Amino acid sequence: MKLWKTILAAAVLSLAAGTSAFAARTDLVIGIALEPPHLDPTAGAAAAIDEVLYANVFEGLTRIGPNGEVLPDLAESWTISDDGKVYTFKLHTGVKFHDGTDFDASDVKFSLDRARADNSVNAQKGLFAAIDTVDVVDPATVKVTLKNPQGSFLYNMGWGDAVIVAPESADTNKEKPIGTGPFKFQSWAKGSSITLVKSDTYWGTPASLDKAEFRIVPDAAAYVPALLSGDIQAFPFFDADSVAQVKDDPRFKVVIGSTEGETILSINNKKPPFDKLQVRQAISYALDRKAIIDGASAGLGLPIGSHMSPASKDYVDLTGRYPHDVAKAKELLKEAGLENGFKATLKLPPPAYARLGGEIIASQLRDVGIDLEIIPVEWAQWLDQVFTKKDYDLTIVSHTEPNDIDIYSRKDYYFNYDNPAFDKVIADLGVTSDEAKRKELLGQAQKILADDAVVGFLFELPKVGVWDAKLQGLWENAPIQANDLTKVKWSE
Amino acid sequence: MTAYLLKRLAIALATLVLASMVVFAVLEILPGDPARLMLGMNASADQVELLRNQMGLNAPLAWRYLHWVGGLLSLDFGRSYTYSVPVIDLVRERLAVSLPLALIALALSTIIAIPVGLFSASRRGRAGDTISMGAAQLGVAVPNFWFALMLIYVFAVWLRLVPAGGFPGWSAGIWPALKSLLLPAVALALPQAAILARVTRSALIEVLNEDYIRTARAKGLPYRAVLWRHALRNAMIPVLTILGLQFAFLLAGTIIIENVFYLPGLGRLVFQAITQRDLIVVESVVMLLVAAVIAVNLLVDLSYAVVDPRLRSRQ
Repeated sequence: MKLWKTILAAAVLSLAAGTSAFAARTDLVIGIALEPPHLDPTAGAAAAIDEVLYANVFEGLTRIGPNGEVLPDLAESWTISDDGKVYTFKLHTGVKFHDGTDFDASDVKFSLDRARADNSVNAQKGLFAAIDTVDVVDPATVKVTLKNPQGSFLYNMGWGDAVIVAPESADTNKEKPIGTGPFKFQSWAKGSSITLVKSDTYWGTPASLDKAEFRIVPDAAAYVPALLSGDIQAFPFFDADSVAQVKDDPRFKVVIGSTEGETILSINNKKPPFDKLQVRQAISYALDRKAIIDGASAGLGLPIGSHMSPASKDYVDLTGRYPHDVAKAKELLKEAGLENGFKATLKLPPPAYARLGGEIIASQLRDVGIDLEIIPVEWAQWLDQVFTKKDYDLTIVSHTEPNDIDIYSRKDYYFNYDNPAFDKVIADLGVTSDEAKRKELLGQAQKILADDAVVGFLFELPKVGVWDAKLQGLWENAPIQANDLTKVKWSE
Repeated sequence: MTAYLLKRLAIALATLVLASMVVFAVLEILPGDPARLMLGMNASADQVELLRNQMGLNAPLAWRYLHWVGGLLSLDFGRSYTYSVPVIDLVRERLAVSLPLALIALALSTIIAIPVGLFSASRRGRAGDTISMGAAQLGVAVPNFWFALMLIYVFAVWLRLVPAGGFPGWSAGIWPALKSLLLPAVALALPQAAILARVTRSALIEVLNEDYIRTARAKGLPYRAVLWRHALRNAMIPVLTILGLQFAFLLAGTIIIENVFYLPGLGRLVFQAITQRDLIVVESVVMLLVAAVIAVNLLVDLSYAVVDPRLRSRQ
């Protein structure tokens, strides 16, 4: 009995010692769902790469801020020529890469030229398409000349795919990333975790955290116990369906923010009967967004009426364009000569929003006489069959790239949508940098897509973050998929 | 004995060759392009083609098969498309988790199952038997991810004795690493133990009905001695068969438990490689597993000969 008491006392003491050590905490374990395939943001589309490295390890000329704004980064300032074609960037001096080599204008030229080279496998090569030449003026000045003015150029340079890398380390970044950011890469235990530590040679405001570990937790069922046990202190991209389990717990903060993920019911616009406007509009009338949002995103998504995030300053609210109206939908189908309805397929990729949303949409479309056969597919199959071969009728997917309304004007894109009037608006937008004019053009583009009912616009994917209540500085929104830790710190 | 061994070895080799063809063919039929998967939705078709060339995906099928098998024979398992590191390195890292986990789980399952099986068999039809076999039935029926979550809530969240998941690596020290494998091992072991206990029980009951057992009892041997010396040894063959199957399962079929505990094991490597169409990893790892299963079965076959001298002389 006495022994037991001693053991218990020791246990309580060690527990207390453990808790008091939290006071001056400078380490953080962050849970992420997917492991990055490699660690080079300039060589892959996987969002998981940016979720670990963007702003933490790698920096670009500009960067995207917590609310989607363009901020200076390695370029401290810039000037734009009157014709909008020449950007002259003034660079920070005294910047070092984590391997000790100096950063200067030649690294910028190297990085941009590498990304747009013929043999480049940069996943977002389109970001660099407008660049004509990159010239080093002096070590702290670089001049980028565009083929034509491009309104989104500064924003493009803030993408993870446009970060600045050094010629010495560019080829080995996949395994051992070398950047200029406030954190440097320490280790990667494959399948398990990636650890970053504070860089002592950072040129800007140093990070508060000494160490950040990204731990890979593939199964949403493990999120809550990992938080409750204290093993992991933050899940910036939490599972919407598990929120109820932690939302009343004062130890945690639940933050619902916005993303750039327009979740849509994509329609193959060339495949009969979807080539008829009435049929597509009938589908839009048949959709009950409220029910879809409740079922597919635990009620957290924001309804959209076109391809633009409600968080964007250029957003136009078109959610009222096609109110839920079964009678109207049936009438339109009748006009299209399909009063007896028809059969079609709905291919669903793995994410929960698609699989859950798909069942609800199938039942809503059945109400107007469209009989959907649900076909679940893996991502690889989806990319192959739906995206590349366009072998589909309907599918549900979230388009997570920011400001990507131009995808509807891309030739041969999987929507099979072709509208010269829309293409014209997007072409004009590409060469317009005046903010007011851009806003007007973007408004027009959104309206055209809604009028044409190109796809079924469902909702903006919510960003559900859950983290320790004492943790500060994590992003609430996800204008890009990143976990910027530069301002993260523990209170107390 | 030599003939028995040679025959087993020949069968094992033929299985390996056949398996390599099936594995390669099946993965080639699978829709999905690894290059497109890596570059995502914004890359152009030309770029995808460029990457396919860089990855060697455009070479003829037969050439790629022979190249792969040739590599396997010289113990070169190829390089992962996605990670661009040698597959063997990935496997080694994952085995550092999966092998100890499988061994601990197997040991636990045996330690629990054999005594329970013995106990039940010797009390056949009585309350003890009913209770332990009822428990075993429950052990088989309970979904193991649910059981794993219950273990996590009790031992990690409430008592805070072990971490809720993750694997710190053996470099973090033997104890922290072992600690993180404890709950998953228990979660894996219990359903296996339940199956094994039932098999042990029924094998024992069958043996206990044999004439020689009656003879042993008649000549005055105590029941306990009969049970241990005569019955258990003769009941070992079905038990060993199940153990062999369980080991193969525990090595790579534990994806659900690996996910719940976010352990970087072999099962998850294969699963992830399939979703990312990292074909070379899937092909090589599956072949390694086939080889492992065949080796385990060979060992089990040999152990039959050890426990049952009749098998040695018959062949």
